[in-house]
Amino acid sequence: MSSFDTVSFRPNAIPTDQADHLLPLRLRGLGLRFDQGTPILKDLDLDLSPHGCTVIMGPNGAGKSLLLKLLHGLIAPTSGRIDWGGLSMDDARMRQALVFQKPVLLRRSVAANIDFVLRARGRPRDLCDALLQHVGLAHKARLPARRLSGGEAQRLALARALACAPDVLLLDEATASLDPASVQSIEAIVRNACSQGTRVISVTHDIGQAQRMADDVVFLHGGRVVEHGPAREFFPRPQSQVARDYLSGKLVF
Amino acid sequence: MNLQSIFGASAIALTFATGALAADQTILVQSTTSTANSGLYDHLLPLFHDTTGIQVNVVAVGTGQAIKNAQNCDGDVLLVHAKTAEEAFVDAGYGTLRTDLMYNDFVIVGPATDPADIGGMADVQAALSKIAATGGGFASRGDDSGTHKKELALWAEAGIDPTSASGDWYRETGSGMGATLNAGIGMGAYVMTDRATWISFGNKQDYVIQVEGDDALFNQYGVIPVNSAKCPSANIDAARIFADWLTSPAGQEAIASYRIDGQQLFFPNAPKS
Amino acid sequence: MQSIGEAFSVALHLVATGDADLFEIVLLSLHVSLSATLLAGLLGLPVGALVAVARFPGRGALLVVMNALMGLPPVVVGLLVYLYLSRSGPLGFLGLLYTPTAMIIAQTILIAPIIAALSRQVLEDLHAEYAEQFRSLCLSRRQTVLALLWDGRYSLLTVGLAGFGRAVAEVGAVIIVGGNIDHLTRVMTTAIALETSKGNLALALALGLLLLVIALGVNAAVQTLRMSARRQAYV
Repeated sequence: MSSFDTVSFRPNAIPTDQADHLLPLRLRGLGLRFDQGTPILKDLDLDLSPHGCTVIMGPNGAGKSLLLKLLHGLIAPTSGRIDWGGLSMDDARMRQALVFQKPVLLRRSVAANIDFVLRARGRPRDLCDALLQHVGLAHKARLPARRLSGGEAQRLALARALACAPDVLLLDEATASLDPASVQSIEAIVRNACSQGTRVISVTHDIGQAQRMADDVVFLHGGRVVEHGPAREFFPRPQSQVARDYLSGKLVF
Repeated sequence: MNLQSIFGASAIALTFATGALAADQTILVQSTTSTANSGLYDHLLPLFHDTTGIQVNVVAVGTGQAIKNAQNCDGDVLLVHAKTAEEAFVDAGYGTLRTDLMYNDFVIVGPATDPADIGGMADVQAALSKIAATGGGFASRGDDSGTHKKELALWAEAGIDPTSASGDWYRETGSGMGATLNAGIGMGAYVMTDRATWISFGNKQDYVIQVEGDDALFNQYGVIPVNSAKCPSANIDAARIFADWLTSPAGQEAIASYRIDGQQLFFPNAPKS
Repeated sequence: MQSIGEAFSVALHLVATGDADLFEIVLLSLHVSLSATLLAGLLGLPVGALVAVARFPGRGALLVVMNALMGLPPVVVGLLVYLYLSRSGPLGFLGLLYTPTAMIIAQTILIAPIIAALSRQVLEDLHAEYAEQFRSLCLSRRQTVLALLWDGRYSLLTVGLAGFGRAVAEVGAVIIVGGNIDHLTRVMTTAIALETSKGNLALALALGLLLLVIALGVNAAVQTLRMSARRQAYV
């Protein structure tokens, strides 16, 4: 795969020092529960800067994926507020892209999957080749998308997300169940996007990946933010017992 | 895949269809089934077309339905066999002139075993009474057609109300002549049919004519052009030409010359003008 | 039972001698029923797709009605179309009664509900898979419907086949609005009804066999398309 260093698919990409129009995220008193059941997220407060790569970690059932869907506006909170720089959730979602753990690909060719998004978003359709080149799928452009391997399919999903030219890229365990080479190439693509000014918020269980990618870490447990701090401080010195247990591989409930 | 193209396509189809029917040289005949099923039209219409250049399309349904369709102006000529109903049609102003065209006769067919023992009888009332008495099985059109009307009149003259046995030995099929013959033959019941349909019918199996020759079984066909005052869309000129030709010596000869296996099916009797 | 054996030889003879009348009847059957399937698809597919993706009050009731309309009796459809197209009816001025166009209209009405109801089911299943991704992409309802119709196209072919099968096999509607006029509106099924009423059972059965062969041909063609699509993982 080629080097990604200078590749950007964001025509509106702005040097990070001028990017004050980018989206800061502010969560206040966020709560989520389904049908009067046990609350999944409880009174969650969180502030994220508009830059860099945030990794959300936490044991299974902590509510990470649901938090991501809330941030994307796919579900609505039971209580509290989500504020993306003052935008409505619909407007915010237009500036985001979400990559699911299991990519949902259209029953079309690889290229047509990209083309579909470019057309839907009114973006130049000639970006398709460059996007496929960028994720290393140019040689498979004419193949049926649903014949791709797991790693290729996820790279296509990522290219499709980048085709939206998102200001915010949300990743929901995007590399779970992929082989190491695929994980590596996806990390490289995401890092490149991040370096071009795309805000990345990623949910992962992969501690190694979190250490490689994260600028800051949000650690969720029991529906609450247990820790939020810079990655360089979190990984060597987690403040909470539950985060220490989680990082050392103990079973956490 | 847009709406405009659909409308465009149907507009073209519509123009085409309208053109085909509205052409001066095409008329539509609402007809009883016996004349069509017996093949009479296949014999007559090419001759008429050669003479006049007029294309005749035939919708063959029961007499009752044919009259209804003609009352709705869905036809230019009515050719059926139920004189009373035809005269009512003219009296109501739907047609201008009814002319006797031709006749044949009705017969009662039944299985060779003849369970009601009516074979060879020439008195249709006695035969019907015997069928009713023995419960021998009778399949009726039951569809308000000319044949059905005729059959009901015969039962009435015999003083029998067969509909009280409806579903028992009296079976009303509610279908055309051919379908009723198929059903009657299938269940071993007697059937009253016009002779033309019977001669040309292809599924006789062991059935034979059991009763024939009674004057009461006379079957008169009439022809009526519809009234252009009621139906301005009717192609009335061509309709008159068709009716006139049928009742002319040429048309009458053509009717007389139609035979199946050497048997004449229809006997022309238009009044000589 | 000799009719059945006889029917095969009659059918073979008709085909072998290239009977011109038969050819005309077969062509008209295909013309009428394929046109009706196409029109019913243009009407039924968007309705099916919209109902598949939209949630609105009364949707449940609408589904029940759509499914019930699949059982529309052809005779009733024929009668309704007759009443509208009759010279004394509201659309009589069009002069469409007893034309192939009238037959296409009747069959379109007959099968549009089938295509709408079945495509709704197919597309709702597909939408269940795509819905979250589409919402993430902020697709409009129109974009969603078009994408579902396109990605479901091979499954929808089967839906179209169901409609075509119903149309080409029905006799009740076309015999009323077409009139079974020789060389004008006579199709396979009305010809079969006519030959049956003439007592020509072998010929009627032979025509039935040929109708079956035509239906087989259309189905095989669509099946071939679907197989190649399946190899492409597009189904």
